[in-house]
Amino acid sequence: MEHCEAKCGTAEQEQALEAVIEASRSTPGCLMHILQEAQAIYGYLPMPVQKKIAEGLGISLSEVYGVATFYSQFSLKPKGKHRISVCLGTACYVKGSDKILEEVEKELGIKCGECTEDGLFSIDSCRCVGACGLAPVMMVGEEVYGKLTPDKVKGILDQYKEASK
Amino acid sequence: MTVKELDALRAKKQQLIDVRRLVREQAEEMAKHTGYRKQVLVCGGTGCTSSHSKQVIEHLEKTMAECDIHDVLVVKTGCFGLCTLGPIMIVYPEGAFYAQMTPEHVETVVKKHLIPGGEIVKELLYQDTVHTDGSITPFAETPFYKKQMRIALRNCGVIAAEDIEEAIAAGDYAAVEKVLTTMSPDDVIKEVLDSGLRGRGGAGFPTGRKWSFAKASAGDVKYVCCNADEGDPGAFMDRSVLEGDPHCVLEAMTIAGYAIGAHQGYIYVRAEYPIAVERLKIAIKQAHEYGLLGKNILDSGFDFDIDIRLGAGAFVCGEETALMTSIEGHRGEPRPRPPFPAVKGLFGKPTILNNVETWANINPIIMKGAKWYSSIGTEKSKGTKVFALGGKITNVGLVEVPMGTTLREIIEEIGGGIPNGKKFKAAQTGGPSGGCIPADLIDTPIDFDNLVAIGSMMGSGGLIVLDEDTCMVDLSKFYLEFTADESCGKCTPCRIGTRRLLDMLTKITEGKGEEGDIEKIEALAEHMKSSSLCALGQSAPNPVLSTLHHFRNEYEDHIKNHHCTAGVCKALLSYTIDKEKCIGCGLCARNCPVSAISKTDYTAPGHKLPSMAIDQTKCIKCGVCQSNCKFKAVERK
Repeated sequence: MEHCEAKCGTAEQEQALEAVIEASRSTPGCLMHILQEAQAIYGYLPMPVQKKIAEGLGISLSEVYGVATFYSQFSLKPKGKHRISVCLGTACYVKGSDKILEEVEKELGIKCGECTEDGLFSIDSCRCVGACGLAPVMMVGEEVYGKLTPDKVKGILDQYKEASK
Repeated sequence: MTVKELDALRAKKQQLIDVRRLVREQAEEMAKHTGYRKQVLVCGGTGCTSSHSKQVIEHLEKTMAECDIHDVLVVKTGCFGLCTLGPIMIVYPEGAFYAQMTPEHVETVVKKHLIPGGEIVKELLYQDTVHTDGSITPFAETPFYKKQMRIALRNCGVIAAEDIEEAIAAGDYAAVEKVLTTMSPDDVIKEVLDSGLRGRGGAGFPTGRKWSFAKASAGDVKYVCCNADEGDPGAFMDRSVLEGDPHCVLEAMTIAGYAIGAHQGYIYVRAEYPIAVERLKIAIKQAHEYGLLGKNILDSGFDFDIDIRLGAGAFVCGEETALMTSIEGHRGEPRPRPPFPAVKGLFGKPTILNNVETWANINPIIMKGAKWYSSIGTEKSKGTKVFALGGKITNVGLVEVPMGTTLREIIEEIGGGIPNGKKFKAAQTGGPSGGCIPADLIDTPIDFDNLVAIGSMMGSGGLIVLDEDTCMVDLSKFYLEFTADESCGKCTPCRIGTRRLLDMLTKITEGKGEEGDIEKIEALAEHMKSSSLCALGQSAPNPVLSTLHHFRNEYEDHIKNHHCTAGVCKALLSYTIDKEKCIGCGLCARNCPVSAISKTDYTAPGHKLPSMAIDQTKCIKCGVCQSNCKFKAVERK
């Protein structure tokens, strides 16, 4: 654990992060952009990464942490290989997306916001991906699945389980 | 680029665009001059992309190559509006509107229609365009499109979204040309002021006034911002404009920059809209290449540039001061007003902020004039409004209608009514800040002021249709969950108020409501409205107050009778089996996850097996028994 705390991931990751900080540091209001890039590099924002960003920009860690925890897009915890996002926007909700979420939770045995033990899936809810014409929808990674019913959920998840075997 | 070069560029693809806008006979004539026998427009908006329009395009190009067709142009556009029937594909000059395309359908269309001498494949068309006698109506004449008036969406679904030359040919950048060559900043502001255009982001503040305040503010550095943080769930018009016609936003921001004396613009867009972000980036790059952004635009000596800032998922950032704080790289918390952004906004400088749909109206106002624009709409709400129709409605999608169109026209005519023979109960507008329009007010002409008068608001234009199966208490709870979650926490009335309202609503939906709860809710709501810092907290109680106003009986039913009128709130439901209808097949019992169903001693006359019954102490009200029963013997009350 000690070891992890000190380092910012692999050497390549650390280099990429340094490059991002260097390239953006003079732009006013660059913190959010850097956090977005950092999350793209690491998949989430572990504390050492936040510390490094704070040092790189010459601002306090509390400021970085404050921004990282304010926006729902940023995560301080690792996410699954396949990130499931069930839309709970209004159009999806009135078409029963809460039941889709329940089914996903039941199928994977975890709750919304958690990650499966094998690291394969994590579940989140989101507010509107703008595909309201296909409500209810969920996303797995970048793929959008629309016009869902609870009985379609298992089949979709099985495809991903199959693919990673 | 010079004005002359821009004019030449506009003429270059003009005929190509005209083919898509003319009636069939004229379009066929025009097509002869374009070098393309046919044009196929495929929607590449988020809705259709989610229904795999990418594969449709790939397959289309592949099959055309196989069939040796090289004189048909394939165009990837933005949204056509009828998202529920995606992926959509339109073939010009005929204007044949194909819906729900699959790779197999694409193959059929290529081989039967796109080949030389081919015929329209009627059975694959959007069925509303085919008459019972087999003749075909132009899609613009179908109920969904007929009553629409497309001003903001004029180029969406008409042009290739990633091609600046098509945008120019369709009229983009003509207004910036007119402004920079013939109008003074004051002329521009007067035109926008006279048009009566009001902000389409929610509150409906007159756009021209905002601009004139910013112009009057002293300072060398000013900013122009575009609010594309479309956080209102169920609204997706801004996304569609950005995906379908991003240049119209860039152009309008440039015009505003000229009017107020700003040289830098920012577009704050949700990271959840990857396609829109991508198209914006392409558009900005192209505008630079063509000299329509950057230094000395059209040789006028005027400089203007635009940067994109990505949001990171915070609803409150749709509020103008929070949005600016977020662009500055901080937690997106709102600031007290005054000072208003027009005086002290982004980085402490005078700033104007308009939302995407507002920007999309600027070009037509400049080109056709304030008089024309103000002739559309109602007395105090001019022009059109784009609505995202969603929920329990047949034609889910994007519609643009003149202000003053009634809810009935939108729902029954354009929207095609409620599916599955259900009854219309209410329409929700304004999202988490708005309220409901009940069925008895369906003939209200929709504009800014009428909506406020009946306790809702225009908001950004999400219009969610609710049928008899929607519980209004549950819906309010849904919105409060949203606002409680999205409250930034800076001011107490909103932070604690939303939480307490949610607690009370949860209590009611769980059947634990007490006499006096409604009054407590109303009192708290008033405090939140009067003392929250920003619009999020001030409007958060609206969904509750509005449903209380129009559907108070449902709240009372929950509290006094422990009964959910619509049969939604789980804690108040019970499932029972009608012993006369039950044939005793046992399918429900086998599927019950908690083994709550067992045989009784009673066999109904005419049936061979004893009927089943549900043990209410074990039942978790999941509804599996009801969905499995083929004899409609399971009742939910």
